[in-house]
Amino acid sequence: MKNSNLEDVPISITCPACGLLCDDVSLSTNPALSMQNGCTKGIRFFERALATPASATPLLAGKPASLEDAIIAAARILSKSRQPLFAGLGTEVQGMRAVVSLAEKTNATLDHMHSEGTVNNTRTMQNSGWLTTTLSEIKNRADLILAIGTDITGSHPRFFEKLAWNTDQLFSKPTPELIFLGAPAETAKANVAPDGKAPTLIPAATSQLPEVINALNALLSGKKLNADHIAGIAPETLTELVEKLKAAKYAVVVWSAGALKIPHAELTIQSIVQLVSKLNESTRAAGLPLNSGDGDSSVNNVSTWLSGYPTRSRYRNGIPEYDTYHFSTQKQLDSCDAVMWISTFNPHEVPKTQTPAIVIGHPDTQCGHAPDVFIPTGIPGVDHTGLMFRMDSSITLPLKKVRDSGLPSLNEVMAKIEAQLLSETTA
Amino acid sequence: MITLLKNGRIYDPAHQKNGVIEDIYIHNGRIIAKPADTKKISQTFDLSGKVVMAGAIDMHSHIGGGKINIARMMLPEYQEKQRQEIKNLSEPEAHICTPHCSHHATPSTTDTGFRYIEMGYTAAFEPAISPVNARQAHMEMGDTPMIDKGGYAMLGNDDYFLRMLAAKKDQKAINDYVAWILHATQAIGIKVVNPGGINAFKFNQRRLDLDENNVHYQVTPREILQSLSRAVHDLGIAKPLHVHCNNLGAAGNFATTLDTMSASSGLPMHLTHIQFHSYGTEGDKKFSSAAAQIAEAINKNKHITTDVGQILFGQTVTASGDSMMQHLNAKHANPKKSVIMDIECDAGCGVLPFKYRDQNYVNALQWAIGLELFLSVEDPWRIFLTTDHPNGAPFTSYPHLIRLLMDKSFRNEAFAKLNLDAQAMSNLTSLDREYSLYEIAIMTRAGAGKLIGLHDRGHLGIGAAADITVYTDQADREAMFSKPDYVFKNGDLAVKDGRVVKVVWGVTHTAKPAFDIGVEKDLKEYFDRYQTMQMDNFKISDDEISSDGRGQVVAHQNDNQ
Repeated sequence: MKNSNLEDVPISITCPACGLLCDDVSLSTNPALSMQNGCTKGIRFFERALATPASATPLLAGKPASLEDAIIAAARILSKSRQPLFAGLGTEVQGMRAVVSLAEKTNATLDHMHSEGTVNNTRTMQNSGWLTTTLSEIKNRADLILAIGTDITGSHPRFFEKLAWNTDQLFSKPTPELIFLGAPAETAKANVAPDGKAPTLIPAATSQLPEVINALNALLSGKKLNADHIAGIAPETLTELVEKLKAAKYAVVVWSAGALKIPHAELTIQSIVQLVSKLNESTRAAGLPLNSGDGDSSVNNVSTWLSGYPTRSRYRNGIPEYDTYHFSTQKQLDSCDAVMWISTFNPHEVPKTQTPAIVIGHPDTQCGHAPDVFIPTGIPGVDHTGLMFRMDSSITLPLKKVRDSGLPSLNEVMAKIEAQLLSETTA
Repeated sequence: MITLLKNGRIYDPAHQKNGVIEDIYIHNGRIIAKPADTKKISQTFDLSGKVVMAGAIDMHSHIGGGKINIARMMLPEYQEKQRQEIKNLSEPEAHICTPHCSHHATPSTTDTGFRYIEMGYTAAFEPAISPVNARQAHMEMGDTPMIDKGGYAMLGNDDYFLRMLAAKKDQKAINDYVAWILHATQAIGIKVVNPGGINAFKFNQRRLDLDENNVHYQVTPREILQSLSRAVHDLGIAKPLHVHCNNLGAAGNFATTLDTMSASSGLPMHLTHIQFHSYGTEGDKKFSSAAAQIAEAINKNKHITTDVGQILFGQTVTASGDSMMQHLNAKHANPKKSVIMDIECDAGCGVLPFKYRDQNYVNALQWAIGLELFLSVEDPWRIFLTTDHPNGAPFTSYPHLIRLLMDKSFRNEAFAKLNLDAQAMSNLTSLDREYSLYEIAIMTRAGAGKLIGLHDRGHLGIGAAADITVYTDQADREAMFSKPDYVFKNGDLAVKDGRVVKVVWGVTHTAKPAFDIGVEKDLKEYFDRYQTMQMDNFKISDDEISSDGRGQVVAHQNDNQ
């Protein structure tokens, strides 16, 4: 078996390691793994992916088994379950299409592993809407980037390299000024432009961000701040920031729902969205929510067109239902009677459960104790092709296959389980 | 295996058949001539007294792609509401519902296919595919069963085209780019939305008139329309340039619409959802019907075709590429929320929920304006039945709309329920016209098929695809068109008594005119320097649509080549 299709020539690929979905990347393995235009996150992803044993076999209660037997065992668990939870959902478009199809037949609940953050974006969008932009607009238009509560590069390493510091842009704009508000200082500080220009840092505790953003909103509405400081920030600093935002021709406000690990995250995002909305009364500005990864944008888009709802949804007698509170993994782990954990991109830790468990995904997946069924699958963009949404949801790119591993894709496994279920019910 | 549809009353305007009693024979998914007597007929449907038409074609319906998925995502409350409404059959203002009238503005892809074919529609065309988002549009359409699909790619706000225009590139270079876009996006037509305006909004212009310059490129909407209508014509694709005019929804915009008709210098253009572009400024409220002026101009200008974009009362959502005008109108959203996007130096979008109310002066007049247009444009081959789904109303309202067109007393009864000030500003009750079944068949079948260039759809001639709808003739046209007795899709019996009995998958219709591949040299450089995706990944291959074993790409030959 070959470990890659790469032979001696580098091949151009789409990197699924983060939501930027860089497709200007090429990969070669001769003599060692290297990526042109790669980033640390991308290299780590492919190193781990290509080091996985392509010969990984399914396990039944920890013991090697054939794929056929594993499919039968998984189908048996699902057929006995009245209320299974499909969690993790680390997959791309094709995998998610098959997951939804199986969920419809099994009355399953669907929740993505990063939804704790993502639902705060979705709910904000459902509450007030928002005004957002996409990566090429940022590259060509942004003259100010305000990052709130995130250093951006920790989750999306090439963000500034590709979108802020590029030399080619269409409209002769200046290199954007970078301002980090309440971002991790050490890493944010490191985002120094090639011309030596350092970013501006405005420190604030994450939990106090709503206070700061609402002060910005107040200033933007022409109100005066009668306080010595707001969350430790001098009013003049905030006034200066508001003036910069107003003067910018195309300010982009970036936030990461996944990084806002505070109870009032949704309110924080609402305030950010309000800020962007207000700015657009006189100038142009736009928001950009960073995604959290593991195919979250793909999963939510596919779920939405197939069922009408993004995730945290479930099926009852073929009819989809939606509830961002009750259908969380956390809540459902207490009430479901079977769990199917799916994570094809990364070997994330599998949540503990007392119920029968099926684990499907990355060959390196480590389970606390052996699940009833483990089916290793190919990694999208490594072992098989796929289709994936970029973080801004406007672009979908094809993922390439870079090695012949023989590992089944998630959608093959889902389709086989569904076929097995059907044959059992009709038998 | 030969299927015989016996003794049906045939309405097939492409062959001037207006209610003649004839038999239809189907073999291998196609309509065939009467076979030799020795051939075995496997299946016979006695259609005595039944009305037979080709499967209907919706030439403008937002069924797939980014903005419609945003609409679904932002409005989870609609899904729940739909189930309740089906249960209660509640009657939203001035709208008499049937059990099949779901008022569902944001159906899932599966429901989209099912609801369409259950009304006798066998094809629908997504009119606003932004090229960078085309893959998503095709993925969604790929998950839409029962019907044929296709789309129009949006140009005219993309930086690449505007730069060409500003640099005064010759028409051949523009034509090559337009053809390349058709191939890359797997589209069958080209659309322009608020020509130049979506782009201008990104430079903080808030309105753009037909002869006003985009501040950056210094080109006008008129120049964009000239260039694109010429390209579409030169390439010889059937579908005329699909035009969403500047100033959508603004009082007084009829003047822009009239001026737009001259922008192509006599080359074919299709002005879409014209109801939203037929507003005057007369009366106390400075909002009036200009349907008469618009209809008169359409009657006179034979190079213009149009679809109406009728509004019907109730809750819906407007999903448009027109970020400029949607941002301006966001304050009217109901419920009050909006998603606006700038997209990839290519396009934009704006999604706003809307609730059209019959006691609201503007909404009531919009309703009347749409119907005035339907009744005043004389040639049914040049006007098409649309609600601009979901912008004016969900497509599931079509049977109701057909009844409004065919039944004057029903129409006048509904009119009498409207806001009184609006009634005073409309001449609708003076319009006595009632559409005939033949004219409905033109608008929804023969005309639409011809406009888009689907040679084997929209008619019942020998060799046509056996997409056939059979209705029971009923005085209540809404009931009749809500629930066909049978719908055949490529010869398969897919619907019986208004319910799907077999799940089938339609094809994706495209146009692929010849062009100089040399256009890719400059495009590749453009993508490498300014875009955040590779040119090769921008292009959608036939395989992407057919590899799931359900989809298939059909490329329609153009007539002029």
